[in-house]
Amino acid sequence: MVSPRIIPVLLLKGEGLVKGIKFKNHRYLGDPINAVKIFNDKEVDELIFLDINANKEGRTISPELVDKLSTECYMPFSIGGGIRNIEQIKMLLGLGAEKVIINTEAVNNPNIIKEASEIFGSQSVVISVDVKKSIFGIYNVFTYSGIRKEEIKLTEYLKKIEEYGAGEIMINSIDKDGTMTGYDIDLIKIVKSILKIPLIASGGAGEFKHFKEAFLEAKVSAVAAGSMFVFIGKKRGILINYPDKDELKNIF
Amino acid sequence: MIVIINYGMGNINSIYHKLQKHTDNIIVTNDKVEIEKANKIILPGVGHFAKGMENIRSLGLIDILNNKVLRENTPIFGICLGMQLMTEGSEEGNAKGLGWIKGNTKLFKFDGINTDLPVPNVGWREINIIIKNEKYFKGIRSDDKFYFTHSYYINCEDKNDISSTSYYGFEFVASIKKNNIIGTQFHPEKSHIRGFDILKRFAFS
Repeated sequence: MVSPRIIPVLLLKGEGLVKGIKFKNHRYLGDPINAVKIFNDKEVDELIFLDINANKEGRTISPELVDKLSTECYMPFSIGGGIRNIEQIKMLLGLGAEKVIINTEAVNNPNIIKEASEIFGSQSVVISVDVKKSIFGIYNVFTYSGIRKEEIKLTEYLKKIEEYGAGEIMINSIDKDGTMTGYDIDLIKIVKSILKIPLIASGGAGEFKHFKEAFLEAKVSAVAAGSMFVFIGKKRGILINYPDKDELKNIF
Repeated sequence: MIVIINYGMGNINSIYHKLQKHTDNIIVTNDKVEIEKANKIILPGVGHFAKGMENIRSLGLIDILNNKVLRENTPIFGICLGMQLMTEGSEEGNAKGLGWIKGNTKLFKFDGINTDLPVPNVGWREINIIIKNEKYFKGIRSDDKFYFTHSYYINCEDKNDISSTSYYGFEFVASIKKNNIIGTQFHPEKSHIRGFDILKRFAFS
């Protein structure tokens, strides 16, 4: 059995670490480099950094920060936020990120998936898809950090992403984000049933059993979590944490 | 001097900055004069094989690399794509490689194997060390894992070139050693302390 990767997702606004609930009410958590140093000691599988303000501000995730991350991360890390073209991808991968995560631009211009995976290899290209369930139970795709609802069908969009050569897909449930009540298993199952490429489940993890659920129910390649790895307790005190080796053995 | 070859194919910065914490005697370059001075060479790389070879060729580095590696016996460490380029060629873009290691780079295919493993192989995998007492692998425990991310693997014709293997649907080459040439399919710079130790041992011993 190949165990799924367990990935902390760290959200940024510029150089600062933040976390919200359902893509809203983001709270400042501290310096990302401090968090990285703790995650190094914990020997985490992988880290994801997403700048949620980048697109809005017409920039990418800070190259200066990515440069620092590549010096400090003794594990693979992926970065996203505001990536719109091949030149930016080249620069950011050149700075030492393992993968780039593209979200909004993949909807606006799917050809970027094709170009990026041809030039940099599909393993460097992750497409992130933010999804929100409508009151009619339909899963809609959202872009611009959950602001814009797209008129595309989720299943067709996912097929296109795979066909265009993406290495992985990260699916985020906006409804579950930050709630720590578990993944949207129905959503993940639907997505997994369409894809052959690795799937990262994101949005809603609050306990180890949620990881197990996503893995057993939907055979995901990776489970991502935000709140769970930066908060502790009901009052959500800030504490960077990650399961140790013994705990990891018992999760799946 | 340790020279990291910059041929426009990623993961350089991370290796450079991490080694820089331990030495000033290291540069990133594609300048032949600088490469000539190298007593250790690191050939990193992430991405497409054909594109990687095209870049090396258009930078005019084939001759100097052949000279350093095959005639001067300068120790060289190929990482991921950097190791794959050392083979005779790849299915990725149907390109010829540097040809220092006999064998080819092939796409993961699981014909006849009952598996639904996705490609690329992305994740932490254990390695099975074939060359016992290999100095670069000192201190590695059997349950240590290393970070892989690749769709292609290398097929060594000479099994003596294989220093460790890993498993993904079938056993594949995780690292190689042939005289002054070493290479890892996994990323030592992204594989926690034990991974980085491999790179440090190469650089400083």
